[in-house]
Amino acid sequence: MGRDLLIHVKDLRTYFYTDVGVVKAVDGVNLEIGIGETLGIVGESGSGKSITAMSMMRLIPQPPGRIEGGEVLFYGKDLLKLSEKEMMKIRGNEIAMIFQDPMTSLNPVLTVGEQMIETIVLHQKVSRSMAKRRAIEMLERVGIPEAKGRVNNYPHLFSGGMRQRVMIAMALSCNPKLLIADEPTTALDVTIQAQILDLMNNLQQELGTAIMLITHNLGVIAELCQKVLVMYAGNTVEYTDVNTLFAKPMHPYTYGMLESSPKLELRKQRLDPIEGHPPDPYRLPQGCNFAQRCRRIMPVCEREKPTLLEIEPGHFVSCFLYERVKI
Amino acid sequence: MIRFIIWRILQCVPVGLGISMLTFLMLSLVPGDPVTLMLGQHVSPQIMNNVRQELGLDLPFFSRYLQYVWNILHGDLGRSYIQHQEVTTMLLDKIPITFNLTFVATTFAVTAGVLIGVLSAVKQGSPWDTFTTGFTLLGISVPSFWLGMILQLIFGVIFRILPVSGSGGDGFQLQYYILPGFTLGFASMAMYAGLTRSGMLEVLRQDYIRTARAKGLSKPVVVFKHGLKNALIPVTTHAGMDFASLMGGTVLTEMIFSLPGIGTMLINAVSRRDYPVVQGVTLFLALVFVLVNLLVDILYAVLDPRIRYD
Repeated sequence: MGRDLLIHVKDLRTYFYTDVGVVKAVDGVNLEIGIGETLGIVGESGSGKSITAMSMMRLIPQPPGRIEGGEVLFYGKDLLKLSEKEMMKIRGNEIAMIFQDPMTSLNPVLTVGEQMIETIVLHQKVSRSMAKRRAIEMLERVGIPEAKGRVNNYPHLFSGGMRQRVMIAMALSCNPKLLIADEPTTALDVTIQAQILDLMNNLQQELGTAIMLITHNLGVIAELCQKVLVMYAGNTVEYTDVNTLFAKPMHPYTYGMLESSPKLELRKQRLDPIEGHPPDPYRLPQGCNFAQRCRRIMPVCEREKPTLLEIEPGHFVSCFLYERVKI
Repeated sequence: MIRFIIWRILQCVPVGLGISMLTFLMLSLVPGDPVTLMLGQHVSPQIMNNVRQELGLDLPFFSRYLQYVWNILHGDLGRSYIQHQEVTTMLLDKIPITFNLTFVATTFAVTAGVLIGVLSAVKQGSPWDTFTTGFTLLGISVPSFWLGMILQLIFGVIFRILPVSGSGGDGFQLQYYILPGFTLGFASMAMYAGLTRSGMLEVLRQDYIRTARAKGLSKPVVVFKHGLKNALIPVTTHAGMDFASLMGGTVLTEMIFSLPGIGTMLINAVSRRDYPVVQGVTLFLALVFVLVNLLVDILYAVLDPRIRYD
């Protein structure tokens, strides 16, 4: 695609083996993120967004989970083939991660400073005092007042928004190339959400870190991302740039999702939801996962799984509606 | 923190008074006249009265209690009826033995128990986990007199590598305390293993463990630095109470290994109705409980920064 790819995920599959059956949580996800780019991943709960992120970091609990196939190419190097030791040098150093709930994501019995310093010392091979200086600098950068004193505080002395700032400071302290943010604002109240998103946006401009932003908030996507990936029941259904997605959604699921979100200019009494429920993860249908809820269902949709195809330059859709057009 | 500690120590004063009152009541409530017990029945009433006066037993209850507290504060716990020795001296003589025994038992129980617990939590569902869970059940069920004798047989008689009885005279000689310590601490070790395992399983599911792994920390660092410190909080409470109750529960172990400690002293005193000794030992053990509780509360604050009392 002519740009410098930072990470390229090909056909990633992560299954969970439980007593009740196999859950294909991620079943053939493809995505790519360029250097310094922001990719948004949207999808409803259980669509495999977080599992995709955890699989890329190889943090899936094993058992019951297992990465069954695919490639996660980071600068062309397949992360799934690295040894655990090599992978530890990637985590927190090249690829960092922040999570949904800042209240529980920091260790309550270690000071904020200690939790930052241990990462910096580990990856940057600097002395503890150097690392502490770096931690204070990062805390100042994310807008923690009196960072010099606060660095010695325990997490319970910070508010939710402040803790998420600390998480961001910690994640960015080793200058990672990619920041995976798994619903970073979901647990925060609305005014704080805006602040955190602003902060992430500013830091990205300054540091040039690529961001993979997982959310189910389309507003967040519109504000922060250049590219969007829509997931449904463990699959990529649509992937394009943010303007195209909002202007010209092609997959019936994306279309339905946009229809079902409130818009300021249309004063509708009721929103149009997508009828039905996502499929049972233990018994995915033989054909397209969305077929049962699709308004434009065709006979082929119930028999075969569609593949992700580039319908227009830079616009990938996984739907038979467009495969037929191509044929 | 300092204020909390001072406040907590001050709180021990009324508790101490309560304990002294109860132990004192114990002596007043038991049937029989202490002087008769002391001198036997065939002594003239004149002598009995003299002794009674000498001991202050003719005074009213309350003045006797005040006298008792006054004496305790001066380190005087009275005299043994049987051995005619100062109870304080007898106690000071026996405390080191029981303390050494309890110390060895607790150290062994906590170290081995926590380590076993952590390993079985980390390898949940593995054969090792199944084995230790069974072992834990066994540990809680095995009676200490049986375990003690089996250990004596194996290590003392068959292999002849460890002494089977006595304390080895003055001072602390570890080899004399290994078998008794193991016997005394075995059930506690099993308890710590179970407690640590369930605590660790809970902690390892927490979000901050995922954060720690996402930072690229190695598994041992994640488990011991980020996990164990959180899982140790409930273990600490038990360790404190356990140390105190082991201190008072060493009787069987002391008997099996012929260690002349507080447990043996207490049992002998009870069977001979030597009330001042019973009283003294009870008071001492109660004070150990109070002291250990104080230490546990302080240790809490060290382990969990969310508990900083002020």
